[in-house]
Amino acid sequence: MSDLKVNIGSLELKNPVMTASGTFGYGLEFEDFVDLNKLGGFVVKGTTLEIRQGNKYPRMAETPAGMLNAVGLQNKGVHAFVKDILPKIKHYNSHIVVNVAGSKLEDYVETAEILNSEKDIPAIELNVSCPNVKEGGMAFGTSCPAMVEVVKAVRNVWDRTMIVKLSPNVTNITDFAKVAEDEGADAISLINTLLGIAVDAKTRKPKLSTVTGGLSGPAVKPVALRMVWQCYNAVKIPIIGMGGIMNTEDAIEFMIAGATAIQVGTANFVNPAVTGEIVDGMEAWCKEHNIAKISDLIGSLEV
Amino acid sequence: MSRKFQKKLKVLEYVRINELHYLLKMDTGGANAVFEPGQFVEVLVPGAKDAFLRRPISLHDVADDNSSFTMMIKIVGEGTRALSEVREGDELDIVFPLGHGFSINENHKKVLLVGGGCGVAPLLHLSKVAKEKGLQPYVLIGGKTANDILEADAYRKYAEVAIMTENAELGEKGMVTDHIWLKDGLKDFDFVYTCGPDPMMKAIAALAEEAGIGCEVSLENLMACGIGACLCCTVHTHEGNVRACVEGPVFNANQIIGWNQNENCHV
Ligand SMILES: Cc1cc2nc3c(=O)[nH]c(=O)nc-3n(C[C@H](O)[C@H](O)[C@H](O)COP(=O)(O)OP(=O)(O)OC[C@H]3O[C@@H](n4cnc5c(N)ncnc54)[C@H](O)[C@@H]3O)c2cc1C
Ligand SMILES: Cc1cc2nc3c(=O)[nH]c(=O)nc-3n(C[C@H](O)[C@H](O)[C@H](O)COP(=O)(O)O)c2cc1C
Ligand code: FES
Repeated sequence: MSDLKVNIGSLELKNPVMTASGTFGYGLEFEDFVDLNKLGGFVVKGTTLEIRQGNKYPRMAETPAGMLNAVGLQNKGVHAFVKDILPKIKHYNSHIVVNVAGSKLEDYVETAEILNSEKDIPAIELNVSCPNVKEGGMAFGTSCPAMVEVVKAVRNVWDRTMIVKLSPNVTNITDFAKVAEDEGADAISLINTLLGIAVDAKTRKPKLSTVTGGLSGPAVKPVALRMVWQCYNAVKIPIIGMGGIMNTEDAIEFMIAGATAIQVGTANFVNPAVTGEIVDGMEAWCKEHNIAKISDLIGSLEV
Repeated sequence: MSRKFQKKLKVLEYVRINELHYLLKMDTGGANAVFEPGQFVEVLVPGAKDAFLRRPISLHDVADDNSSFTMMIKIVGEGTRALSEVREGDELDIVFPLGHGFSINENHKKVLLVGGGCGVAPLLHLSKVAKEKGLQPYVLIGGKTANDILEADAYRKYAEVAIMTENAELGEKGMVTDHIWLKDGLKDFDFVYTCGPDPMMKAIAALAEEAGIGCEVSLENLMACGIGACLCCTVHTHEGNVRACVEGPVFNANQIIGWNQNENCHV
């Protein structure tokens, strides 16, 4: 058996496979397809202080090798998460990571404080990169000074593993990776979706109610790999790579480019069993390539 | 809610209805699935470059012993075209059964099922189950031309059937809302079920409300996952934004606030 264990901050993951926020619901939706105990971790839907209804329909458009979404952080709020959802998922033998989002600095802080009193949550992922809400969200992730503020403030109230999720909608992502590292993040995750639009030529209307949306799926993979590689060379904290991972080979490519762990997003829609398959696939891949420890692959890109 | 499956299912039968429509009968591969009328499945499209996400398709018919189900599909784009090229014996990767279907109240006697175009798809299984439960189903099918009236005879086994075409090629001339069952006779029914273009369903929901009877509609929102994970398929209801793929696709008409105005029942 190859050793698939990796470490993110103080978290030991039994394997590098996690799910990407917003694409795996609360895990429960996948119970018939994946043994959740098998995953390194799962990241739940973006959670805000108050309940949010999200954007108007239509919220998605299929595009070549991918999709645009404009869900807009629909969720029942952190209190409902703690009261109604956490009790249903905390028994899983897999790390639960809560993706925290907000429009104001105080929202992030208060949400993190509430989660900090729940001992079953070993990590949060700070979402400063959602392109689909009018105010806030991505604003924190596309301006270095704003990001300094939010990461610093949350660090003060959250004492376990903190992951900062970066936006690809910036000129130089390594500036943001460094901010996260300097302000005390234990890891960074990237990429969130790339801003795009889809046009219906017949009606001359945008296909999404919000005009712009976030692009995900295989179409973004080369951009995501490039950004993981750049960040790997810029910071020392571990990187969780994502963007277009559809299978084991894709996941291995991200690790070679510098990711310590990976998240699977849009692929869950195409194949709801994919995360379990990637765990098995990594094991098989390591065996086939005589890799004793999968962590040896991290950043092994030969340039 | 019953268990969901993801399986490679064998095509038992392929029937081309006309240039744009076909039926695919799938073996359920021994899955011990429970199918409700109005539920749907998500089909992975083999070999289509731009049909990357699964395609949601309604259960048109289900074998009595649940060993197979049939889909009625209209070709509207690359995905539904690629699926029209599969042949008997081929396998398709399908996630099933999904969503919340039609409710059947055994105290009801006469129920009206109204379908527009390929929107009739889920009504065959519904009329069969309604009949089995002792209800008397009436099926009203509408379309622009005779080509839009699909498999009308199949419904006659379980229901009284009426047809409306806008060009009078088949049945009576006009839209479904011009038919006597909807125009004057709705009070004789205990319940209405409908599936088709949103404007049609909206009009029928209004008529049902006027007549003081209940109405369920089956929506066809764009979906990415079909299993409740992505929140793309949202429906604006009196209970907030809910998922068409889990809380629906069938909704009580009076729950819906935001109709999508899907003109072309792409189905
Ligand atoms: C719950 C549910 C049940 C369905 N049942 C059936 C069925 O029984 N039989 C059947 O033929 N179809 C059914 N559909 C519709 C079917 O899923 C779409 O027609 C199919 O996904 C189109 O794929 P495509 O690649 O051929 O076309 P695409 O290239 O994806 O689309 C072609 C055109 O149709 C539009 N379109 C596609 N899907 C939809 C949609 N859901 N709403 C509005 N516009 C859309 C696109 O925007 C585009 O303009 C159902 C949909 C849902 C949500
Ligand atoms: C429908 C949908 C909803 C998403 N919601 C969130 C979210 O709530 N929070 C977040 O940080 N990222 C969200 N994302 C972004 C994903 O977590 C991921 O960063 C992105 O999709 C790239 O990975 P992929 O190509 O594997 O999907 C969402 C993506 C999709 C497709
Ligand atoms: S299609 Fe994903 S939640 Fe309904």
